[in-house]
Amino acid sequence: MIVELGAFALILALVLAVLQTGMAAAGRLRRSPVLAGAAEGAALACAGVVALAFAALILAFAVSDFSVANVAANSHTDKPMLYKVAAAWGSHEGSLVLWCLVLTGFGAVLARARGLPFGLKASAVATQGLLGVLFLAFAVFTSNPFERLDPAPFQGGSLNPLLQDPALAFHPPFLYAGYVGFSVCFSLAVAALIEGRANSSFWPAWGRWVRPWALASWAFLTVGITLGSFWAYYELGWGGWWFWDPVENASFLPWLAGAALLHSAVVTERRGALAGWTTFLALLTFTFSMLGAFLVRSGVLTSVHAFAVDPERGLMLLAILGATSGVAFALFAWRAPQLKGGGMFAPVSREGALVLNNVFLTAASATVLLGTLYPLILEAANGATISVGPPYFALTFNPLMIAALLILPAGPLLSWKRGDLKGVGQRLALAAGLSILIALAGWMVFEPKKALSAAGIGLGGWLILGTLAEVAERLRLFRAPLAETLRRARALPLGAWGTTLAHAGLGVFVLGAVVETGYRVEAARALAPGQTIEAGKWAVTLDSVGVVEGPNYLAEQGKLTVTLRDGSAPRTVTAERRFFPTGGQTTTEVGLDFRGLDDVYVVLGERGRTAADEPAWNVRVWWNPWARLIFLGPAIMALGGLLSLLDRRLRLGVNRKAAA
Amino acid sequence: MNWLPKSPKARRRLWVVAAVAPVLAVAVGLSLYAMRDSVTFFFSPSEATAETAPAGRVVRLGGLVEAGSVVRGTDGEVAFAITDNAATTRIVYQGDLPDLFREGQGVVTQGTFLPDRRFRATQVLAKHDENYMPREVADRLKAKGEWRPGGETPAAGAADL
Repeated sequence: MIVELGAFALILALVLAVLQTGMAAAGRLRRSPVLAGAAEGAALACAGVVALAFAALILAFAVSDFSVANVAANSHTDKPMLYKVAAAWGSHEGSLVLWCLVLTGFGAVLARARGLPFGLKASAVATQGLLGVLFLAFAVFTSNPFERLDPAPFQGGSLNPLLQDPALAFHPPFLYAGYVGFSVCFSLAVAALIEGRANSSFWPAWGRWVRPWALASWAFLTVGITLGSFWAYYELGWGGWWFWDPVENASFLPWLAGAALLHSAVVTERRGALAGWTTFLALLTFTFSMLGAFLVRSGVLTSVHAFAVDPERGLMLLAILGATSGVAFALFAWRAPQLKGGGMFAPVSREGALVLNNVFLTAASATVLLGTLYPLILEAANGATISVGPPYFALTFNPLMIAALLILPAGPLLSWKRGDLKGVGQRLALAAGLSILIALAGWMVFEPKKALSAAGIGLGGWLILGTLAEVAERLRLFRAPLAETLRRARALPLGAWGTTLAHAGLGVFVLGAVVETGYRVEAARALAPGQTIEAGKWAVTLDSVGVVEGPNYLAEQGKLTVTLRDGSAPRTVTAERRFFPTGGQTTTEVGLDFRGLDDVYVVLGERGRTAADEPAWNVRVWWNPWARLIFLGPAIMALGGLLSLLDRRLRLGVNRKAAA
Repeated sequence: MNWLPKSPKARRRLWVVAAVAPVLAVAVGLSLYAMRDSVTFFFSPSEATAETAPAGRVVRLGGLVEAGSVVRGTDGEVAFAITDNAATTRIVYQGDLPDLFREGQGVVTQGTFLPDRRFRATQVLAKHDENYMPREVADRLKAKGEWRPGGETPAAGAADL
């Protein structure tokens, strides 16, 4: 019954989305506030109904209703409750409902937003409604999650055990909140192209409306990608955290474009400049989101992560992508030349720095896009099957990002319109000097000596120190009495703290990524109980291996002791090899020993025999120095995004407009 | 500075172009350069001849793990053979096989050919899903008429717990 309600709710949502689009468009054309208001009501109802459908789906998973095909394929009664619920968005159909929920939910918030001018809002609500129609129709007609099975099986096929993990349970909701959150930026950009005028007050206001959406989506996406990367790090047991896999790139592209959008929206908001470019980025970011959905679900690219691959559905997604982005970019090509506006600025200025940031970020995303799609292009061209690996990205993406990061600390110090490069240089001199010292220290401390990695450490330090130098400058730290500094700290808007945190978080991430990549030590050996393997300064001893029984798996559990080479500072870790009888799959449970910022990462492999014919296990050990920072950095960045979002100026700006 | 355009708008545009052009040029140059060396070609055992995949060049080799070919040495060394039912290549690999590695299953290995035409794999990829067949492997098998969907019987190796 609940399941039928859910199926009905999904169809009702499609009808409501059609109504929303139609009424908003008609309301806009006839300038009828009644119709437009009704469209906003429809948007709210649509979101509510999709939420109902999603709740019904979760309930079906929670009670293990195997008469539903999707539940039978992806759930099992033995699974812990968290993974029963998470399985609701673990399959193609369920995750599409989640996608629609975020799309309509954000659409409802957009419909409730106050202060947008009538025409702009009606157009945006209509566009958002149209996106809802397309994706809901896709869900209802090709991927109905509520399809029944007759007869119902007694037991389900279970969720892929690798996905039964807390980080991955929460990875899709965050990822989708980010991916699909950009749809509002897309709708607002389309609305601005329809309604936009070349007058100077329109674009700053538009920038202020777009920026919170871009900020929120970007912060969500940051959390989502980090959770996914963390999962890959400790669940796959490959010792790495980023593989430049097509599916990873698919989530990284909207992140890069979204970061560019965030920065160019600031220019549009403050100065009314770059209006056309900001609109373009808003269209591009959601296009990348849809491209990601297409790449992940169609199976056109070989990936280690892809799930539920179906070429036919992929084709449908490609059609949706082509239709929406095609129309939007055509609209852009037609209207953008008429949308000139905004203030002038000198090349050396805050605006100039932000333009440079955008140039680097978009160039970097272009290289990632090329690397991701090149196998497809080549296969279509001459049939050769290739894969583009990490060396490509190391050669293209890294230099561009390094250049961008080098100039990053100077940006916030430059003033708007016309900046003073010499003054900025003086204010950053101390930070620059210290960063060089940090690089030298890194070169001396870490073994083996690597000049490039040491320079990378200096770059991370430069980002953190340069960002702090900017705050110190604004607070007049150590140059004014402490009371004055504190007063200034309180007066500093949250947005400025957000910027500082996000940029410093990036520095923290760079430190972690550089040190982990440069100085990671890996060792592997077959160990009989009692034997020891050494990795860098650590020694890992296999104490015992036993068999344990989990809720839905059997595991070989190894107890290992991690010590320093001289035997001091012992700590026990457990590493498992789990066998899931349903589906007959084996997974690896990594043993992680946190040593300050470092990880000692232990993987228990297959059982074999030593030369003396004793039982032995292949044990792989990684010493990943500073790996903690890789995941801490993005968390700080997301926090920075959240702080900026809470800035009163962003909210009051909207409200003040409403009062006017 | 009289070669600069007079209008401030045109002047700004010139600056933007001056900033964008070198970055784009660098990006394009790097991409082209990187594509030459870091692109990895994929072969099936019967396609990987000494001409197409010379010893020492990193390539991917994919096919089915030949039944009964897996030999585990001491110290984590594994030898197995992969086949596309037309030709067979012997693989040596040091390390942990993926959790889903099984005889009869499709895998993709990455590595280099040794002078004796054995293949030293540095990476063995199987997917998260037990029904997975790498797309390239599936395509080649289909092209050769060797495609038997669902026909691969999982070997007993996984059930040793």
